[in-house]
Amino acid sequence: MKKSIFLGTLAVAGLAAGLASAQTLADVQARGSLKCGSNEGLAGFAFPDANGNMQGFDVALCRAIAAATLGDAQAVEFVPLTSQTRFTALAAGEVDVLVRNSTWTFTRDNDLGLDFVGVNYYDGQGFMVRKDLGVSSARELDGATVCIQTGTTTELNLADFFRVNAISYEPVPVATNAEGQQQYLAGACDVYTTDISGLAATRATFENAGDHVILPEVVSKEPLGPVVRHGDNAWGDIVRWTLFALLAAEEHEITSANVREIASAATDNPEINRMLGTEGELGQKLGLSSDWIVNVISSVGNYGEIFEAYIGENTPVGLARGLNAQWTNGGLMYAMPFN
Amino acid sequence: MADMTGTPRDTFRLSQLLYDARYRSMTIQVIAAMLLMLSLAWLVDNTVQNLAALGKDFSFRFLWTTAGYDINQQIIPFSSQDTHARAALVGILNTLLVAFMGCILATVIGVLAGVLRLSKNFVVAGIMTFYVEAMRNTPLLIWILIVFAVMTEATPQPRDFREGGGASMILWDSVAISNRGVFVPKPLWGEGSGLVVAVFLLSIAAIFILRRVARKRQEQTGEQLPVFRLSLALFFIPALLAFFVMGQPITLEMPELGGFNFVGGIQIRNSLIALWLALSLYTSAFIAEIVRSGILAVSRGQTEAAFALGMQPNRTMQLVILPQALRVIIPPLISQFLNLTKNSSLALAVGYMDVRSTLGGITINQTGREIEGILLLGTFYLIVSLIISSAMNYYNSSVKLKER
Ligand SMILES: N[C@@H](CCC(=O)N[C@@H](CS)C(=O)NCC(=O)O)C(=O)O
Repeated sequence: MKKSIFLGTLAVAGLAAGLASAQTLADVQARGSLKCGSNEGLAGFAFPDANGNMQGFDVALCRAIAAATLGDAQAVEFVPLTSQTRFTALAAGEVDVLVRNSTWTFTRDNDLGLDFVGVNYYDGQGFMVRKDLGVSSARELDGATVCIQTGTTTELNLADFFRVNAISYEPVPVATNAEGQQQYLAGACDVYTTDISGLAATRATFENAGDHVILPEVVSKEPLGPVVRHGDNAWGDIVRWTLFALLAAEEHEITSANVREIASAATDNPEINRMLGTEGELGQKLGLSSDWIVNVISSVGNYGEIFEAYIGENTPVGLARGLNAQWTNGGLMYAMPFN
Repeated sequence: MADMTGTPRDTFRLSQLLYDARYRSMTIQVIAAMLLMLSLAWLVDNTVQNLAALGKDFSFRFLWTTAGYDINQQIIPFSSQDTHARAALVGILNTLLVAFMGCILATVIGVLAGVLRLSKNFVVAGIMTFYVEAMRNTPLLIWILIVFAVMTEATPQPRDFREGGGASMILWDSVAISNRGVFVPKPLWGEGSGLVVAVFLLSIAAIFILRRVARKRQEQTGEQLPVFRLSLALFFIPALLAFFVMGQPITLEMPELGGFNFVGGIQIRNSLIALWLALSLYTSAFIAEIVRSGILAVSRGQTEAAFALGMQPNRTMQLVILPQALRVIIPPLISQFLNLTKNSSLALAVGYMDVRSTLGGITINQTGREIEGILLLGTFYLIVSLIISSAMNYYNSSVKLKER
């Protein structure tokens, strides 16, 4: 009798655990909002605007997923996560998706029980120093004190870079970007290192941004992208194809301004028709409505619009498209066909 | 069947388990134990299932793979090519270092503050009351951050020590206080320095013997030796003699500006200083209260009796009050030492690389072994706590009232 209760409990618990992992879409729709793991605050990528609404390049992807699944880009609950807590929070189910400057690496994809589903920004690690140090190359940094965010890929790259170049350094670990910025500005470290996009974003908030330079060396590949839990493939597909929709929309010049008009009647481009639901039923295959991409583009714009609005050359962050241009313009951004 | 006692035995009924006072508490305990076991089993099973759903296993093999990251403060040598296990060990040593330094400083400040709080001088007692209350009633993390902020914002950068930078080294150019830490001279052990150290250790042993001899002599003859002055002489003279006889084998390497930072000397990082000071100040407030209550627990009559015998206040404190107060002080003191050690895991707030930051932080993050890492971390703190409390319990039993 004792034994059967025990086994019964185990079976129920096991079933509950098994079920919980494979229905993120249903959970999100039942809740009526998307829980998105985001940055605590990084200019251009995730920051609150004057009204306290979250804005930014990474935030826009969260809003796009909410628009696709719930039809409402505002139905997002942002959960700020540090670099140390982000993957644990995702694995534990505290967020449905993580969009937080996270690099796609083998270990993270395979050892952490997570799945990267795409790349929304191709980046690399760089170094920022004060101009008046007179340093022009990272190889001149022998003996420098380097501020570095713990729990990042940059920690490993940094160790490798200095070891391979046989120069020494003193790492000063910091827990958040804000702390790193404070230590760097106080002169407690000579160098701040992280993803170049992060350096540019951090520098954009400095009072005298012109006093700091980002050194030419790019010491790693940092493909940043959205992450979901391993095991719920249907949800992974939704996030992946929402990202592709943003990219394909730019490729086909579908913008937030013209998407409703283009979607009002079938065009002579079959891919556009399939995307916008005037032909076929791609949305249904993901368990979404047929106008899911219309919702996405009309509320956040296409990839190019998002880039220019938050981190492009006309913003304080001032990043060039570079590797992140469309493949048709010599970049790496390439949406798989909507067939 | 013949019943020798004559009282008829009741037949046992199931309802007795609940209504019979003889069995009821037993029943409740058995049920509670079963519920506890069930919830534990559920937790474990749920974890195993969820790990399996994520495609993760449970294994400690990650400890033997390359760590890949660097650690700034290393008591034993460490490079990014060493294993996660060694990184954990470096972290453990850093934890033990700050805990050890913290316990000592906290005790010193705590005893001082506790005794002074009992002072008859109104101002001194008032200041100490303020100190104790301010420390005790604010979270430790805030003190750590305050001390660290002061250390980084209020001290000059290394480059300010250059010509015309406005900052300069102190103590005949041997110590530099900068926002990256305090740089102090480093002893270089030349040939023959082993002998000097040996002489020094021997004279310390001699001091202990001297004290014992002096006590015996006082017990037998009542005559007091000038123990303090003799100890002082023993401490310095033989070692200095040996130092000069051996031709000054121990030299000092001074910190000097070079490149981006000071080179040479020993760097005591701001993270260590901030964590050490904050832990010590915070814990000392609790120790002060323990000491005060210990002293107050010794009845006033003891002091009066000692005075009546013609003892001076100092000696009364030393020979009559403190030995008795210690019995009250030691047990709660143990738990303060344990608290301090465990609180040192707040180190990450200032980037101090303790075991929580290496094994429980970077390693877990790079390998995704949360459960294994946290289990190891918990085990480590458990073992350290058990060691500290058994050592202190041993000391406690040596000072407690001996019933003869
Ligand atoms: N791409 C790296 C670094 C990610 C990272 O933590 N980036 C920093 C700066 S680019 C950041 O987002 N900090 C924001 C914060 O701490 O709130 C990784 O995935 O490990």
